[in-house]
Parts: sequence; structure tokens; C-alpha cells
Amino acid sequence: METYIEIKGAVKTFNGTIQALRGVDLSVEKGEVVLIIGPSGSGKSTLLRSVNRLERLDSGSILIDGESVTDEKADIRHIREEVGMVFQSFNLFPHLNVIDNITLSPTVVLKKGKEEAVALGRKLLAKVGLSDKEIAWPEQLSGGQQQRVAIARALAMNPKVMLFDEPTSALDPEMIKEVLDVMTDLAREGMTMLVVSHEMGFARAAAHRIIFMDAGQIVEEAPPETFFTSPREERTRRFLEHIL
Amino acid sequence: MTKGSPLSGRDPKNSERTTINVTDGTLIPSKDEGGLLSAWNISFFGAVGLLVALPLISPNPYLRILSFVPDGLIATFSVTLSSIFFALIIGLFAGLGRVSQNKAINRLSTIYVEIIRGIPLLVQLFYIYYALGPLLRLQGPPAAILAMSICYGAYMAEIFRAGIQAIPRGQMEAALALGMSRATAMRRIIIPQTVRIILPPIGNEFIALLKDSSLVSILAVSDLLRRGREYASTSFRYFESYTVIALIYLVMTLFFSRLVAMMEEKLRHRGNVH
Repeated sequence: METYIEIKGAVKTFNGTIQALRGVDLSVEKGEVVLIIGPSGSGKSTLLRSVNRLERLDSGSILIDGESVTDEKADIRHIREEVGMVFQSFNLFPHLNVIDNITLSPTVVLKKGKEEAVALGRKLLAKVGLSDKEIAWPEQLSGGQQQRVAIARALAMNPKVMLFDEPTSALDPEMIKEVLDVMTDLAREGMTMLVVSHEMGFARAAAHRIIFMDAGQIVEEAPPETFFTSPREERTRRFLEHIL
Repeated sequence: MTKGSPLSGRDPKNSERTTINVTDGTLIPSKDEGGLLSAWNISFFGAVGLLVALPLISPNPYLRILSFVPDGLIATFSVTLSSIFFALIIGLFAGLGRVSQNKAINRLSTIYVEIIRGIPLLVQLFYIYYALGPLLRLQGPPAAILAMSICYGAYMAEIFRAGIQAIPRGQMEAALALGMSRATAMRRIIIPQTVRIILPPIGNEFIALLKDSSLVSILAVSDLLRRGREYASTSFRYFESYTVIALIYLVMTLFFSRLVAMMEEKLRHRGNVH
């Protein structure tokens, strides 16, 4: 297996006092699905957001496919084209309909033709089960549907890795499954995924590795089966008692 | 002049459209006071009625005044429309400057806004026409438009800034994550959403500018007020002249404030304007 994302010594402090990351090392292999869990404030979202430099690290380095993300001279826009991201709050563009949400970046950033982009957009909408919502407005969709559109929008850039930042935390329980199903399909197709989530069903079904973070550090990592049945660390056990 | 435009509290969990409420209560008719005898109806139709009735009852001087001032009305509108046009352009760029991550541009825009908002419009008009007169050599109307554009540009800048900052941060992040540059994200994602929420406050600025345009009558611009003054000083009919002028301003501002209120209502209810 080849390493796809390599994070070394990641340190991030907010407002000079809050230490979000205190030296995190993590490698993700191509096609690997890594789930990051941990209490709120443990730095898991900050870590994820550093991967496409929505947060800048104070020190440490991140390489994606050998290319530095953290280098000041890095072509960050080019890297972001290859790193899809799905947010907790969906962040669909409310002034654009569903298909325009999906095709905007392929046409504006990748300079694809309108027809090619729309054809791809339709294919992706079918993939997330929303072919009938092509001309709907984001506000007309349920949360689960919005999040599936957001996944399709990210996939339209043909990314090599997908980042999910608590993709189901803002959803009503009955909508969580439809989003997780799409994510599980994606994982089965071999997409490299870094997921911040507490969805244990998804962890068992699709994750190759679970990372437990606390206080800005990785406390424990293991494949799902060993992680849930026999965690090594006391802190992990206490956390699992809370969420399981 | 319109004061700042505080944003209504925005609940991040609530996906409803963000709106900007400008605390310029006298301009916007409240929708609660409906009915035939609303304050707006009484003022507007009262003023229109007087403007029709007075010339009928006593054509001299009212009809004469009314036929004397249309030139001024045209001047008032051309100064107002040109100024609002340039003020919008200045305001857009200064507003973008106010949210720029480039420290120099940011500081420069903020200084512009602070200086301009700290000097009365009348003083700015004097300054550009008289103090800088030998340098700029501008006639009355261009000097008036320049001064009003620079002045209102600063207020527009604050509206644009507030509008841009009212768009949830996730919108910019999503655009960046999709590989867009900040400039592209601004143009394609942030500004289109901003325009929708700043239309009502911009409408208010337009009304305020229409009223403030009466100040340019001191710069040898034959606007509505100046035409009224000219008539008054030759006929000595001060009361009648200024009554007509006041009524015309009132009808115009009430008309436009109703228009702004309707626009605001529409934006609020339909949510999206596509």
C-alpha cells in the first residue's frame, strides 16, 4: 500500500492559548477509510481542516500524494481540487439550484464545458439517489438530501481523497442512514476517506481504522473490531462507554 | 443621512435567510399599521392631494410654481442617480477592501470610511467645490456628484461589508474547498448572496441621498430646492414656494420608501429571488 496523506508533528493553537493540536502524526494509505473520533474540543475537526488548509498549522507538515500542503509556496488551489470536503452544515450555495451547485466548480475551476459538467452532475445525482432533484433549490431539500447533494458536488471535482467533517451531526436521525449509505458505497469503491464522525454503524461497515483523539493528540488507533471490543487505553474505554 | 446598518441576530442553526435591518424607522412604513388611515396613506395622499388642489384653488402662484420647478426635478434626479451609481461602485470596492485579508488595502478602506463618515456632507460639498475648486476646476453638477459619490460610497461600503460578513463562513469555506480562489468565491458565491440582503438598505441610502441632494443647491446646481428659491426670491412668495418644494420632496421620498418596503417584504417572504 502507498501512503497518500502524511501528517507529521501537526501543531495548532487558537488565540494563542487553546491548543487544538499538540503534535499529531498520521498516515493514510490510498483507498483507506480512516474514522476520527473523540470528545468535542479534541482537535479532530481542526486536524481534518488542516488537510486542505482551511486551517493553517503553526508547525508540522502535511503531504498529500507527495505534495506539500503546508508549504507557503504550495499551489493550494490545485491541491484542493483533488481533496473533496463535506461539511457538517452542508454549505450548499443557496442562490444556485442543485445542478448548478454541482457544476459550478467543474466549469469555473476545471474549465469543463457546460454539457460535460451537467452530464457528470446528473451521473453523480443518480449515484446519491437524487436524480429527480436536479432543478430543486437547496432550501427545498431535507437535510439528508442537502448533504447528499454536497457529496455529489465534492465528487464532481473528481477528488482523490474525501474529507467528511461530522457529516451527519446536523441531521435528524431518520436521515442519517441515507447519507451513511452513500458514504459506505464510496468507501467500497476504494475512495480514500478521512471521516470525523461518531457513527459507529459506519465505523463497523466501512472504516479500516479508527483514530481516537483527545486533547489535541492521538490516544489510540486500531481496526474497528479490536477498537470497539478491546481498547487499550483507559481514556478510550471511558469515551466509548459514553457513546455506545 | 442613514446611520449604520446593524445586522439582525443570525442563528447559525436556523437556515432562514439573513436580513439586514436598518434603524431608519421614519423611512420604512411598518407593515403593522395597515389600513386606509395608515400614516403613510395620510401623508402620501395628503401631499398628492394638496399638490393637485392648491393649483386648482389658487393658480397664482401655485400653478406657476409647479410649472417653474420641473427643470429642478430633472437636475435633482440626475444628481441623485449619478451619485448613487458611483457610490455603489465605490462602496463595492471599499466594502471588499474592508473585508480584505490584505492589511494595507484593509487599512486604507477603513481610513476612507472613517474620514468620510466623520465629515458632514455639506462640508464635503464646500470642500470639493470651493476649497479644491482651483485644483479640480469642476462645474457645480460634477462637483456635486463627485462629493455625494465619495460621501455615500463610504456608507455603501459599510452596507457591503455588513452584507458580506452576514454570509455564513461555511459558504466561503465550501467554495475554497472546491478549488476556487478567494476572488472567484467572492464573485460567484458571496456577492450574489450579499446583493439580495443589501437591496433594502441600499434603497434606504437612495432615499437619503435623494433628500441630501437638496444640499447641492448651494453649488450653483439648479436642483428642485434651488428652483424653488429662485421663484421665491423673484416673486417674494416664500411660503407658497417652499410649501410646494417640501410637498414634492415628501411625495417622492414616501413613494420610494414604500417601494423599498415592498421589496423588503418580497425578499423576506419568497426567500429566494432567482
